[in-house]
Amino acid sequence: MFNNFFHKMASPKYFYRISGRLIPWLAIAFVLVTLAGLYYGLVKAPPDYQQGDSYRIMFIHVPAAWMSMFVYVVMATAGAIGLIWRIKLAEVVAISSASIGAWFTFLALVTGSIWGKPMWGTWWVWDARLTSELILLFLYLGVIALYNAIDDKRTAARAVAILALVGVINIPIIHYSVEWWNTLHQGPTVTKLDKPSIHLSMLIPLLLMAVSFKLYYAFVVLMRARCEVLERERHTGWVRELAETK
Amino acid sequence: MTSDSLTRAFALLLKRDLVLAVRHRAEMINPLLFFVLVTSLFPLGIGADPKLLQAVGPGVIWVAALLAALLSLEGIFRSDFEDGTLEQFLLSSHPVSVLVLAKVLAHWLITGLPLLVISPLLGVLLGLPGDAIIILLVTLALGTPVLSLIGAVGVALTVGLRKGGMILSLLVLPLYVPLLIFAASAVDTAAAGLPVTAHLSLISALLVLALSLSPLATAAALRISLS
Repeated sequence: MFNNFFHKMASPKYFYRISGRLIPWLAIAFVLVTLAGLYYGLVKAPPDYQQGDSYRIMFIHVPAAWMSMFVYVVMATAGAIGLIWRIKLAEVVAISSASIGAWFTFLALVTGSIWGKPMWGTWWVWDARLTSELILLFLYLGVIALYNAIDDKRTAARAVAILALVGVINIPIIHYSVEWWNTLHQGPTVTKLDKPSIHLSMLIPLLLMAVSFKLYYAFVVLMRARCEVLERERHTGWVRELAETK
Repeated sequence: MTSDSLTRAFALLLKRDLVLAVRHRAEMINPLLFFVLVTSLFPLGIGADPKLLQAVGPGVIWVAALLAALLSLEGIFRSDFEDGTLEQFLLSSHPVSVLVLAKVLAHWLITGLPLLVISPLLGVLLGLPGDAIIILLVTLALGTPVLSLIGAVGVALTVGLRKGGMILSLLVLPLYVPLLIFAASAVDTAAAGLPVTAHLSLISALLVLALSLSPLATAAALRISLS
């Protein structure tokens, strides 16, 4: 049954139908969770005793930074699946993720810079985590540039998968090398499992926003993948049928 | 195929690339000139204060080495791609990753090793102390092969493109960051008279990692580029 499910999901036609049904639900869930997250984050959570109200940008900044790494790992995993099992759909997911991930990375950089201005007194510091986000952005841009440069899109998707795999091996190395090089960034406040040093009233909106970003990624990547599937499969029977019935 | 013929293929390929390089001396010398030129531009740009030069020296030399390597990378596969030799490699019965390793080794001997030889001179020009120059040599000896190995993956991915050059730098330079950080900071630390074993161990680890994984990735990328 398990095998059967994957076999079905890997068929572009089936994927197109299922994802079309999923997208509205994901979008609704995204709106609801975002509204809840913003309400708890901007209204309910108390001001920070040191940072005042300006810390509230964290509710965008931190989820965006988490997503920037998460999407890269998804992209590399999907790319590997595409390379190993020759599943076209995995290639489509990988390449559809690239520009979303790049925008999350950009968002994390911009919000970090805006947050840094009142906190550190400057727009940009060569702080370890900011720098590794910047390099991550370059890695994303490399993936996108390579994909656009190769004319044959199937070849391009496979080349991009290799690049993403090389990148994903390098991300931890880059992260720690930059970490040891220079750090000014505040330490992690959520991932300390024993006792997070963040208060519950701030943790709840943060986690809500993290879920909302995940939902956003899920429905946007499905939308992009649907377009890509249609374009790739435009000569097949089911796409023609679809175009004729509409 | 026996391992004996594989060794022979490796040696033949290495010899062929070295002979080609000797016949085209300009290709060998240009990156070297570039390396020296870029390094000597920095004192002109930021001022010739010895303290300042000593402080930025390690970083400047390493950034220049990075750019010089980048400039020469395309040579690994470009001409073989254009005349079809690369396709013959892929068709041969030998593992492509081993053949790739021979080409990368040749590339390092042609472009990496000369940087190593001339770098003490640049260290002296930038006023680095003697200990730091020795460490600079060690970091370059360990680090320039990494540049060739990682670069080979990028070249293999872009070799089929008409304007691969710009994209190549976008692909490869971010991957060079850890090496740049460890190497420049090793030389810095040595100039301050502190031990650098940790840095050198990390660079060696990078070298081992690149040596074991990058030929495989390069071979896979070549198959895709030529498909």
